[in-house]
Amino acid sequence: MSPLHIKKGSTSHSAYNLRPTFSDVQEKHTLAVLVDNEAGVLARVIGLFSARGYNIESLTVAEVDHVGGLSRITVVTTGTPQVIEQIKAQLGRIVPVHDVHDLTVEGPAVERELALLKVEGEGEKRVEALRLADIFRANVVDSTLRSFVFEITGTPEKIDAFSDLMRPLGLLEVARTGVAALSRGTA
Amino acid sequence: MTRQMTGAKMVVQALKDQGVDTVFGYPGGAVLPIYDEIFQQNGIRHILVRHEQGAVHMAEGYARATGKVGVCLVTSGPGATNAVTGLTDALMDSIPIVVLTGQVPTFMIGSDAFQEADTVGITRSCTKHNWLVRDTEDLPHIMHEAFHVASSGRPGPVLVDIPKDVQFATGSYAAPKEVKLAHYAPKVKGDMEPITELVEAMEQAKRPVFYTGGGVINSGTGASQLLRELVEATGFPVTSTLMGLGAYPASGDKWLGMLGMHGLYEANMAMHDCDLMINIGARFDDRITGRIDAFSPKSKKAHIDIDPSSINKVIRVDIPIVGDVGHVLEDLLKVWKARGRKTNKEALAKWWAQIDKWRAVDCLKFKQEGPTIKPQYALQRLEALTKGYDRYITTEVGQHQMWAAQFLGFEDPNRWMTSGGLGTMGYGLPASIGVQVAHPDALVINVAGEASWLMNMQEMGTAIQFRAPVKQFILNNERLGMVRQWQELLHGERYSHSWSEALPDFVKLAEAFGCKGIKCDNPADLDDAIMEMINYDGPVIFDCLVEKHENCFPMIPSGKAHNEMLLGEAETKGVIDAKGSVLV
Ligand SMILES: Cc1ncc(C[n+]2csc(CCOP(=O)(O)OP(=O)(O)O)c2C)c(N)n1
Ligand SMILES: [Mg+2]
Repeated sequence: MSPLHIKKGSTSHSAYNLRPTFSDVQEKHTLAVLVDNEAGVLARVIGLFSARGYNIESLTVAEVDHVGGLSRITVVTTGTPQVIEQIKAQLGRIVPVHDVHDLTVEGPAVERELALLKVEGEGEKRVEALRLADIFRANVVDSTLRSFVFEITGTPEKIDAFSDLMRPLGLLEVARTGVAALSRGTA
Repeated sequence: MTRQMTGAKMVVQALKDQGVDTVFGYPGGAVLPIYDEIFQQNGIRHILVRHEQGAVHMAEGYARATGKVGVCLVTSGPGATNAVTGLTDALMDSIPIVVLTGQVPTFMIGSDAFQEADTVGITRSCTKHNWLVRDTEDLPHIMHEAFHVASSGRPGPVLVDIPKDVQFATGSYAAPKEVKLAHYAPKVKGDMEPITELVEAMEQAKRPVFYTGGGVINSGTGASQLLRELVEATGFPVTSTLMGLGAYPASGDKWLGMLGMHGLYEANMAMHDCDLMINIGARFDDRITGRIDAFSPKSKKAHIDIDPSSINKVIRVDIPIVGDVGHVLEDLLKVWKARGRKTNKEALAKWWAQIDKWRAVDCLKFKQEGPTIKPQYALQRLEALTKGYDRYITTEVGQHQMWAAQFLGFEDPNRWMTSGGLGTMGYGLPASIGVQVAHPDALVINVAGEASWLMNMQEMGTAIQFRAPVKQFILNNERLGMVRQWQELLHGERYSHSWSEALPDFVKLAEAFGCKGIKCDNPADLDDAIMEMINYDGPVIFDCLVEKHENCFPMIPSGKAHNEMLLGEAETKGVIDAKGSVLV
């Protein structure tokens, strides 16, 4: 786990921008939130989003530091710059939240999501599905004579594109993990 | 040194170690072990309430009047759900309280057991933080952390839910010093860069105004002292929200009075026309701002707040300063003095001349004539006759609350407790008991409306049992006055369910409870009646029959700007448009 350097509540060199531009443009931001892995903490974060009417596009959570008992929540959200700043500040108020990082503004970051797709088909369609999977570097993790389960990793856009292609070829089910994200380099 | 003891004993020990002397509570099956421990000691006084909502408001009153953390103890299920309104009230007004709830034993959680409720689930959004204690070994540090979280940063209510088996089991106790508190440590010192920027703005300002709020009070008496120093040194005018009254003395010559929906004309006009607004511990609440896009259009705005989420939440500010009011004011004064104590004296003189013109409007004027007591007159007399006393005021919610804020003057912080953010009818009576318990010899008065007062009137029993000589000064207009006022303005004078019918005889009610009842309906008798109330050694229910159709002015109607204030009856017809009427 890469430590997050920024302490919540600090104003300089902080994830919080106390002087945001006030525009009506909807922006998409990926936030990394480091929390104590204790009962109810996810409910607190989700409850905040629903109570204050913020969007959640994607949310993932897992313990990342078993010794320190810390979980990392990655939230993809949309809003005007002012709303994004509010979301970060409100997250910072939650007592078990240690740090809030806005990966979208803090320099380059990598984002990945994993998906499983079940595709059913015979003959040409089945061959075509396999061929496209190969182009997208999706792996076959299960196969019957009439179906495949593909595993694909990539940006959410890549997974969207792959599922769009699979739909006419017999896409039955999709399971996605949501986005995991880290900043690039050692910063 | 750690000691072995039961969870129930740990609770009482932790309270003592946190300096708690009073607990407001109500017993039940799930907290019996804790009540058993309370029975066997003398260090902590338990005030038995009559309804758990009362316990929480008492704890709030106690906390606001002392600056300490207020504590409640209630049982599981209905005990916990009855506490929800008080928790929400404390959250909205940033009042530090710790509520301890009993819970069914851990092995029965989730089974719909008798008096089981998902207390941490229900109260998650109305507490600053809450804990379900699953193991007795965790109890000491959670108890200590609860006090730390409630009182540090922006204060607020916390709740600790303690299953009955955790209370019975034995574990090792640790004192506050011995536990490592979690990482929660809000920043109290402001950054010097924006503080210096604010000083520069203050040096140049032609029409500055301090807009202060409850944050000044929460920051401690030192912060109020610094505010006074800053105001006197700069000569800038100062106004305050409902929550901040008393931080700057009402008798001070820089005082503009309260601002906002029912604030004073001079205060709201100064807010609208200023060129530098210095918000100190207030949060641009909608009762303050009125129409957002017309809010103080010409000013540069600075905002000092310990909670970063308050900054830019509703109003965009130019100089944001995150930090504790006391710390920031200290730095601000230091920098301002070091740079030569500069202000634009010439411009300030003009600004004050303008303010004096607004003051001359005399926006609170009213005429006491005829045989009926005007509510304003009742408060004016109450103010005059209680001024010299060691006085604390609580209120209920409604017109009487706004008149109290307008007509009573507060010279010191922590002397005024009212439900601001949530506007909870039923707050004032229990809050007055909480204040009186903290200050047994003081004169504690609840300025009430008859409708609000009925909401928690059972607490008179508590007042009598614990000899809390609280004075219930009820401005009885036989109306849900504030509702009636809005119906008059917004709903074509159709007074749907806004009158108080079948009211009790308050004097007989007082006798039934075992305290004194006074009724007054004549302006000529009012002074004597008030003195009788003050001089009576015990609780009093004072039924002050007042004019039934009086409206509270000034008023900024919903959806209007500060400079569109209504000053009196003549101006009220058709003033609120469709857009304004959807607002509350
Ligand atoms: C618990 C609760 N319910 C309803 C309201 C809405 N409300 C606000 S003021 C008011 C009328 C209060 O009447 P009263 O206590 O007699 O005070 P008055 O306005 O007459 O002075 C009502 C019903 C509220 N604030 N709180
Ligand atoms: Mg009334």
